[in-house]
Parts: sequence; structure tokens; C-alpha cells
Amino acid sequence: MIGHTDEERAKMLAEIGVSSFEELIQNVPESIRLPRISGFSSLTEQEICSYLTELENLNRKASDSICFLGAGAYDHYIPAVVDEICSRSEFVTAYTPYQAEASQGILQALFEFQTVVCELLGMEVANASLYDGASSLAEAVLLAARHTHRKKILISSTVHPLWREVVRTYLIGSGVELTEIPANEGVVDKNRIQELLTDSYAAVALQSPNFFGCLEDWSEVSSIVHNAGALFIAITNPLASGILKSPGDWGADIAVCEGQPLGIPLSFGGPYLGILAVKQELMRQIPGRIVGMTKDVNGKRAFTLTLQTREQHIRRARATSNICMSQTLMALSALVYLCAVGKKGIHEVGMMNIERSHTARDRICAVDGWKAMFSQPFFNEFVVRCPGDPLKLAEYLSTRGIIGGLPLASYYSEPEYKNGVLFCATEKNTAANIDKLVSTLRECT
Amino acid sequence: MDLSRLKFTKTHEWILVEGKKATIGVTDYAQHEMTDIVYAELPKTGQQVEAKQECATLESVKSVFSVYAPVPGRIIEVNEMVVSDPSRINSSPCDDGWLWKMDVKDEKESDSLMNLEQYNDFIHTKGQQK
Repeated sequence: MIGHTDEERAKMLAEIGVSSFEELIQNVPESIRLPRISGFSSLTEQEICSYLTELENLNRKASDSICFLGAGAYDHYIPAVVDEICSRSEFVTAYTPYQAEASQGILQALFEFQTVVCELLGMEVANASLYDGASSLAEAVLLAARHTHRKKILISSTVHPLWREVVRTYLIGSGVELTEIPANEGVVDKNRIQELLTDSYAAVALQSPNFFGCLEDWSEVSSIVHNAGALFIAITNPLASGILKSPGDWGADIAVCEGQPLGIPLSFGGPYLGILAVKQELMRQIPGRIVGMTKDVNGKRAFTLTLQTREQHIRRARATSNICMSQTLMALSALVYLCAVGKKGIHEVGMMNIERSHTARDRICAVDGWKAMFSQPFFNEFVVRCPGDPLKLAEYLSTRGIIGGLPLASYYSEPEYKNGVLFCATEKNTAANIDKLVSTLRECT
Repeated sequence: MDLSRLKFTKTHEWILVEGKKATIGVTDYAQHEMTDIVYAELPKTGQQVEAKQECATLESVKSVFSVYAPVPGRIIEVNEMVVSDPSRINSSPCDDGWLWKMDVKDEKESDSLMNLEQYNDFIHTKGQQK
């Protein structure tokens, strides 16, 4: 990269009529300006590398800690085959190739990804992936508004708080309004859905396992929602879907997931994987890319990007979304993960998550002063009441090499959640890990 | 269809007004320009629309096209046959390939639109401009 010269900077500033760079940014508050790093110009490459390594080492990694933190991103074991296949040079490419049909390998992988997503979630059509779970939910909400020509959405307050924030951000300027359905005992209050729902609502969005880890009973939800002419958006954890009822089983019209639990490592800010799948009749309203299977001129099987008339490069302003790409490498990871574990494997992983998390909860609740907050069934996360200050607890655990749990008060201001701590236990949390957590909790309470 | 009974818009819709009922479709010129139509999304019956409001979307192998209401009114019927077989719009744009019917206030609503001769002139000049 070639930087601007002082002369060029002066010319640009003069052109827009400000005298200095400081004047140009005077409206940006001091507090959010990047501090100038001094002395960099005099460092050698080696010195810069060691300085950056030093900074990097200030990060705490899940891999060298014991992780009991979930809340949207999960510490799962990733089989070696996932990286091995994903790092093959044939797959190392920019996102969806521009001359798409020249890359039959990538297209076949994405087609298979769509297929396994549909099988896992019990849906009929999936796209080739989106950025992450939260933005997929936002796209699902916009899809519902577009399809029903309605401008109101009901969303459960048990949906991940940050996902709800992302949806709100997406909805700015769209005229679509979000109304929250209150929770009762850690799950969505089904009676309130019926009370709140009118024929002006486009969709009802629910999550299970929800933010509190609780599994929600969605029987009758689809008929309540459909009777009002609205769509049912079901958010789930794809690993849980391998062992529990899928969104399709519950009668959902749109299924949304964060695909990170499927062979994608934890990383701050991603890349993660947005999964979105729908029933056939919503196919033309899906955002993003779709790979189809067809025959070439010689009658041989071929893969192609299909239904592109939904997309921006053809439909311009009226496209279903301004997202016209996919998270290809992450989708590939999920595909390889699912193929590697198979139907039996995903069931086993699911069972291990249930066993480990239930053991962890029972052991924690056996410590003086600790109590389960909800009595609902759960998958791999649960909320417990902490006898002390949850923030101080998290800090203490951190000094003992344990990441998590998450103080609920960071996201929920209601007094009932004040002492709540959200823990997660996956197949990676061995009995020894749980022992260490429990003995550390004893030390500090 | 006797084309002289129809009125035409600059966006290539035709309209046949009979009393207080109107039938709308796209012209032969339009279907030819669109090429093979593979999907038709039609309005909902009961929907009240303004003149020039987008009511239907036709998708061809080439692109996507909007179809606008030539006059204001309420949608009373849509042609399910073109939903199941959109190629009817190509093979018979002014007969079997009609798109929707609507209630209109009166026949005068379509007075300001082009007649067949004017429309033919319009697409002819348009062709020359190309």
C-alpha cells in the first residue's frame, strides 16, 4: 500500500475547504479516536513482529483455558479432517467465484452444504450461507415482511440479546417494527404470543435452545402463527437440531442458525456462518446465493448458481437483499464437519453435550448458595443463581484459567436476572474440567 | 383478442375495460423483449392499487420485469393458469396470458392511455431510438 504524501493531503484538505486533518475530524469525539502509536517508524520488521506477538499474547484463548462460556459461540472439538480438507489449495479461494461455473468443485461443495442444512433442519431450500446467525435472523425478518406485505414482527425476549440488536439495526429505515414477547420461567410466554398476534404481523421469531439455554415447547405455535397469516421463524443451534426436534418438525417457515458449532473455531468477530433455510414457497424470497444442480449440454451433471434474478446484480434496488455473497470457507467447514461425524456422530455429540451440561449444573447446584434459575429442559447451557456478584465471580474464575459464565445482568436489566450466571458445557468439558470449576466456585463463595 | 378494443401504457401493459371490470396483461412486444418467461408473481386478490403501482413480477431467463397497474382499482381475480405455466404469457400475451382482473370506477379511467395505433407508433419510435 502506498500512503498519501503530505502534498496530496494538503491538496485534498484544500479541495474540501478545511485547513488541517485535525479540523476535518473535529466532530469525532476524542474518546473514540485511535491513539497514535509512537515510535513505529523507527522499528525494524523483527521488532514490529515481536511487539505484535507481545500484544497477541495478551489475548486469552479458549484453547489454553477451560471454557464454560457459550452465549452464542461455542467451544466444540473440531476433528482434524475439517482443517485438512478446508485448507486444500483447490478450496482456498476468494468467496463465491465470479466465473462461478468454472469452479464446479466449490459449487458442488456448496450444493452439498445446502443439502445437509435442509436435512438437518427439516427444511426444503437453503442458501449457500450468510455472514452469521444474527444477520441471517435479520434477513429472515425482512423476508417475512416482504412476503406478507406486513410491517410488524414479534420476537421473543429469549432470543439472543445481541441478535435482537442486529435485527433492530437492520430494520432502521425499513418501516418494520419489532415487538418483544416477554419470557416466563426462562422460555417464551406462549399465551402472550396469542394475545399479541394480530393480522398485521409478518412473523413470530423464537429461539430454542434459547439465550438462557432452555428448550422451548413450540407445539401449537405454527398453527397460532399461521392462523394469523404470519410466518414462523425458528432459531436453533444446528448441533441441537441433530438430536432434538428440528425447525421443520415444529412447522417453521424459516429456520435460522449460527453455524459456528459445526467445526468452526472460536474467534473474536468471526468469520462465523449464517444458516438460513425456508419452505419451498419462500424460495424466491431468499437472500444470498443458491447453488443448483442441472445438466450441461452433453447431459452430464453440472452445478450452477441459480435463481439469480433475486439478486442485486440483476434486480438492482428491488433485490431480495444487498447480500450477494456467502461465507464459503465456513460453509465448507460445516459441510466437512457434518460429513465427518455423520448422522450417528451428531447424535453422539448432542448426547455428550446434554450429559456434560447436566452434570455441570448438578455439581454447581450442590455448592452452597448456588441454585438453578429455571426448571426447563436444556441442551448445553443453563442459568444458575450466584450467591455473590456475578461480575466479580467471572473475574475470579478468569484468574484461575476458567472462562465463563456470563453474568445475565450484562444483557437483561430486570431484577429477577440480577444474580443469574449463564454457563455452557460441551463435549470438551471433561469431568476433570467440571471438578476444577466446582472447586474454584467453592473457593470464592 | 381484437387488439383495437385494448388500451396501452408506456410500460407495455394492455388493459381491456368492460363496464366496471378491467383485464390486464403485457403486450406481445413486451413478452418478446423479455424472452422466455419462467415465473410469474401476481398480486393478491382484494388488494387496492394505485395507477402505476407495481402489481406483478415476471421473471424470464434473462431478467426480472415489473408489471404496473394502468389504472387505479381493486384486484378481483388473478390468472392462476399463468402461475402454473408462465410460458402462456409468451405464447398468448393478450388472451390466455392475461395477468389479473380489477374493479375500476368507470370506463373513462383508461381514456388517457394509448390506443393500438398510438402504441404501435410508440414502440416503432422506441425501436428507432435504439
